[in-house]
Amino acid sequence: MPFIPHTENDVHAMLETIGIRSINELFDEIPSELLIDQLPAIPKALNEMQIARLMKSRAKQDENSLCFIGAGAYEHHIPAAVWDIAGRVEYMTAYTPYQPEASQGELQLLYEYQTMMASLTGMDVSNASLYDGASAVAEAILMAIRSNRQCQAKRVLIPTTLNPLYRKTIQTIVSKQAIELIDVPFDEKTGRITVEAIDKIVTQEFAALVIPQPNFFGLLGDVDALTDWAHQRQALVVAVVNPMTLALLKEPGLWGEKGADIACGDAQPFGIPLSSGGPYLGFLCCKNEHVRQMPGRVVGKTTDVDGKTGYLLTLQAREQHIRRSKATSNICSNQGLMAVAATIYLSLLGPKGLKRVAAASHQKTMLLAEKATKLKGVEVLFHGHYFHEIVLQLPQSAKYIVQEMADSQIEAGLALGDFYPGLDNALLVCCTETKTEEDINKYIECLKQALKNKTFSK
Amino acid sequence: MSNIPQNLRYTKTHEWVRKESDGSFTLGITDHAQSLLGDIVFIDVPKVSSDYAAGKECCVIESVKAASDVYMPIAGKIKAVNDALTTAPNLVNADPYNEGWLFKFDAVSATDFESLLDAAAYTAVEQADAH
Repeated sequence: MPFIPHTENDVHAMLETIGIRSINELFDEIPSELLIDQLPAIPKALNEMQIARLMKSRAKQDENSLCFIGAGAYEHHIPAAVWDIAGRVEYMTAYTPYQPEASQGELQLLYEYQTMMASLTGMDVSNASLYDGASAVAEAILMAIRSNRQCQAKRVLIPTTLNPLYRKTIQTIVSKQAIELIDVPFDEKTGRITVEAIDKIVTQEFAALVIPQPNFFGLLGDVDALTDWAHQRQALVVAVVNPMTLALLKEPGLWGEKGADIACGDAQPFGIPLSSGGPYLGFLCCKNEHVRQMPGRVVGKTTDVDGKTGYLLTLQAREQHIRRSKATSNICSNQGLMAVAATIYLSLLGPKGLKRVAAASHQKTMLLAEKATKLKGVEVLFHGHYFHEIVLQLPQSAKYIVQEMADSQIEAGLALGDFYPGLDNALLVCCTETKTEEDINKYIECLKQALKNKTFSK
Repeated sequence: MSNIPQNLRYTKTHEWVRKESDGSFTLGITDHAQSLLGDIVFIDVPKVSSDYAAGKECCVIESVKAASDVYMPIAGKIKAVNDALTTAPNLVNADPYNEGWLFKFDAVSATDFESLLDAAAYTAVEQADAH
């Protein structure tokens, strides 16, 4: 599609037609005290050459560092073919195409994406993507409340073991919608939520329970028991999963007796590089009975008048261009390009390749934990099964250790103290298939050094 | 000309209401409404035992062309919904006044029913619509 900018004459003609003098007049209804004409915190504009140089020097800072931070975004090897194909001009758009007559290729690709995500999560349907994991969980919560017709209460249970950044986003998105979010604290010994504990806290009716698996500490919980517990109380279950784990773990559609109702999260691990927080890739899948409440675009497969297979957007009556203010969401086109990359990544790896990546990530993390806990004063904080992240309890401030190790170009992990008061010495570490044993040894050596740098007593 | 049975009451928003012998009411959309909507593919019926004020949206009808709200004609509580519509929403197209009913309700005040349009008044609404 060509990009045709408006000429000055075009703009004048349009303004004249609607009877105003300047574009600014279109915004007259915004009270003047709300308009900001100066942004003192923003530096002066740079030209293209200057900005390219600045960005190059910034990028250099990261070039040689080894990253052991996970916490929601994960470094995996991305086959070169992924972005070579995704970067083709035919795919270079964030949008989910409306026009089936002009977009069969991309629509088919998104249909394949949906098929893969639905199959991985064990759900019936997937949408064509959302912004990121955090907004996907927020949308899933809104969807669960609309969908749970048995429940009068707009109340949702959220474990504090859900990614704290997701919890903030959820708060932002749902706080003006009269929805009550109930924090479910985790057990301080196990780092997880259990049915017994949650049963004691929750006395009122609720519409949905959010279950992160693995949770923010990398731990695997008893999702079957939690799912059944919520279903017995006529609540829906929103599974928040790292889709990479589903190569090995039970898919949400099979949790408990009836399976989770909605599965969502961030599909960034599928071929999307770490990049200062995005763009990443939200995904949302559900059981058939909830599809009318699903936000976002859904690509369907059909046959044309000649009986040939064709792809097009379907179930559009949920969406804002038809339902206006009563649409399920204002989400429409979003991460089309990221979904394209994820689809290519999954196609290249296949089920076996994906299993190998997941298993290698788990093994490398086990190795790192094993070696780290041999250091004096370092322990695993929460015992139990984990995937590719683990919390190490250090004999001193994790924040300090992170800074020290950064000087040796090792991103040691996420210090949990800022997110969980009392966990100041806890370090969340992630290891994926990208790390060699040599890398892990380097990490251990560096950690050992950092621990020595400050005298402490155990 | 669409079918407008004499024994029913109507609204300007194209719902019909029938008074049942047990004092409850049955609601659907008119023949005219279903023909304007085209093929109906999904109906989001209200929850049983929920209360609605007069004029409130209580149900959504989705056709291949549009999604439209159904409005509660008089204040009341939902008594039953037509479960057959879950698998066969096109009953509303095929038989809007019988098999295609949407829900039954108990009115807060049964006399409100008398304020609804009769067949002649609704015929006039439809004719005005056509112009």
